[in-house]
Amino acid sequence: MSLEIIGISVLWTFLFGYVIVASIDFGAGFFNAYSSFTGKKHILTKIIQRYLSPVWEITNVFLVFFFVGIVGFFPKTAFYYGTTLLVPVSIAIILLAIRGSYYAFETYGSKGHRGYAFMYGLSGLFLPASLSVVLTISEGGFITMVDGAPVLDYWALFTSPLTWSIVVLSVTAVLYISAVFLTWYANQAGDKHAANLLRKYALFWSLPTIITAGGIIYELRFHNEAHFEQLMNVGWMFGISFLLFIGTVWLIWKRRHYGIAFGLLVGQFAFAFYGYGISHYPYLLYPHLTIYDGFTNETMAISLIIAFLAGFLLLIPSLYLVLRLFLFDKDYVKGLSETKGGSQNE
Amino acid sequence: MLVHIKERWHVFFDDPVISSRMLTLLTLSFHIIYATIGVGVPLMIMIAQWVGIKKNDQHYILLARRWARGFVVTVAVGVVTGTAIALQLSLLWPNFMELAGNVIALPLFMEVFAFFFEAIFLGIYLYTWDRFEDQRKHLMLLIPVAIGAAMSAFFITTVNAFMNAPQGFEMVNGELVNVNPLAAMFNPATPTKIAHVISTAFMTSAFVLASIAAFRLVKGSNHDYHKKALFLTMKVGLVFSIATVIIGDFSGKYLAEYQPEKLAAAEWHFETEEHAPLILFGILNEEYETRYAIEIPSALSILAHGNPSREVIGLNEFPEEETPPLFIHYLFDLMVMIGMFMIGLSLFYWIGVKRNWSFIQTKPFRWLLVLGGPLSLLAIEAGWWMTEFGRQPWILRGIMTTSEAATTSDHVGIMFILFAGLYAILGIGTVVILTRMFRHHPVEKELAKQGGGAK
Repeated sequence: MSLEIIGISVLWTFLFGYVIVASIDFGAGFFNAYSSFTGKKHILTKIIQRYLSPVWEITNVFLVFFFVGIVGFFPKTAFYYGTTLLVPVSIAIILLAIRGSYYAFETYGSKGHRGYAFMYGLSGLFLPASLSVVLTISEGGFITMVDGAPVLDYWALFTSPLTWSIVVLSVTAVLYISAVFLTWYANQAGDKHAANLLRKYALFWSLPTIITAGGIIYELRFHNEAHFEQLMNVGWMFGISFLLFIGTVWLIWKRRHYGIAFGLLVGQFAFAFYGYGISHYPYLLYPHLTIYDGFTNETMAISLIIAFLAGFLLLIPSLYLVLRLFLFDKDYVKGLSETKGGSQNE
Repeated sequence: MLVHIKERWHVFFDDPVISSRMLTLLTLSFHIIYATIGVGVPLMIMIAQWVGIKKNDQHYILLARRWARGFVVTVAVGVVTGTAIALQLSLLWPNFMELAGNVIALPLFMEVFAFFFEAIFLGIYLYTWDRFEDQRKHLMLLIPVAIGAAMSAFFITTVNAFMNAPQGFEMVNGELVNVNPLAAMFNPATPTKIAHVISTAFMTSAFVLASIAAFRLVKGSNHDYHKKALFLTMKVGLVFSIATVIIGDFSGKYLAEYQPEKLAAAEWHFETEEHAPLILFGILNEEYETRYAIEIPSALSILAHGNPSREVIGLNEFPEEETPPLFIHYLFDLMVMIGMFMIGLSLFYWIGVKRNWSFIQTKPFRWLLVLGGPLSLLAIEAGWWMTEFGRQPWILRGIMTTSEAATTSDHVGIMFILFAGLYAILGIGTVVILTRMFRHHPVEKELAKQGGGAK
């Protein structure tokens, strides 16, 4: 395996990690806001806050990791994507800033302000939309070179059906992933009401997710034929992904094994995500930039991979500790450890 | 006048180089406040927790917790503005990142790891508050937080040091070859920069926390808790402000050796000469003559080389288009004066406590202590502005200018306005939330809830 492939695989894995944890986070913010406007706040808020509080900061790191990594392994992406993405990514930064800070402000400062909850929920839906634009651009056709510098054609981007399908998919997937996870989490906590409500959301969002996902494959045929053909070559991965989807929905429908259902969901998105990634090979930005001509020097690539492995030896035990303390700790999930007088959340 | 402003405005919007510089200045100036607190406060929390365990005094344990509670709010803003600057590096300076990314990707990457590490343990510390009976376990959780914070300062500062003293690669026909990431990280600017950044962060955080304690005392509370907090933070502040001055002296020697134009601009030192004088204050007229300045003979030679008769290179040796702006002199003076003032203030306070001087308990003196925190933050800003403007016109000294590095996008001006609005909201939000948080939970109430507290 060449260094380029190792580099892009590491980064793609991190992006996948971000997609899953950020979806849970974005979706949770939305459900929290939605429930407070439909008078079901008392059912959901506790369970959502208990999950989000210890992890909101960690979620952000996954994203930073991805883009620091991609500029590190592929410095030329800074030139192409950096120049063209100023506006969409700046908007994403501002939304992230509003989310991150207001979450802390609300949790530790003044509790339960409706306006905050509303902003928090809404920004969580705009974020995947503004970030997913990058995926559309990478398909090619939106960037032209003027005097040796890349320029983004905003009009073409806004009028492309592909853009909007990807935006819709990112939003529905966020809500679906989040609802499935929270169903499991609420069930762990023994909170029947929350689990039942979230189960309904999960089932509701499953259908639009799978429909738009299929639609995008269809649209790619007209937008980027080369990519579409490669997509068909790894069609079996999407087949497996679909079967896993069926499995998740069936388990949730039958109210059984929510943990396994969430595992199948992660598998479903992993197959689709890696299938998409593999079919994109070797382009980082079609047709301007491939992973080979954008790659850093060999010395840097090797040091980055070493740093990555060393960092992971540090992170995996730490992340395991977080999971044990918060996700798999029955007392914490049920809210029992807080009753001993934890005053930080007042 | 109005036409003039309008013209300036247009230049600002039409020239991505200017607006990129302004947006970077804005983001960093805002982020640095939170970053400094983010690096220094975990150490202070750790120290308070440790003292609390050692003396078996609940006051210090409570101090650690209350600081940590406020710290979360500043961390949140620090994280989001840090994310902003990390992305803006590529968005506003794509040509710089394309070139320099080949050499400095490693420390950037490792900085994220350090931050990750800190984030994980901070989360654990905050949410396991009452799970362990043994206070030492909480102390163990704080150690990785403090280490992670200092390590991320370490790594990111090596990147800045590299921009000042680029090495670890060779340029052959505009291509980078023979890259050595470790040589790039450990360049000549690295030791003084890192030491200075970390010690000033510790110093500033200590004085900011001292400000809070002093403020409570000014406002009429006479609780032991605040007195203990004030004494602890001032003592730590004193130690690190002395360290800062010593490191500052080394930084001067570094500049004389490797970046003489920055030192010369900061000191308005035009002619290369022996027995170079140090210039304090003053203003510069259009003929480049200093007015109203205090000159200390030979002091610049001592600062630069530790020897009053050694020659110091003057600004006239450099081509005009490669010299930094001369206003950095004011920033340099401001930073140094505040540093000296803080040493004097904290030393006076410390001796005063030891000798039981009643003066240190008077209101005016306590107001001075309240002022210490904001002043230290101002010195941080002044120091960064000096070092950053001091390497203009370069983004990579001697290799790439700022204007070659900037984006070609037309929309930077409008992004500047958006971000300015964002930082205004975040800044006001932080102040409002922090004051509300501590006003609603006064120490006295919290101690009463714990059953009176010790002593």
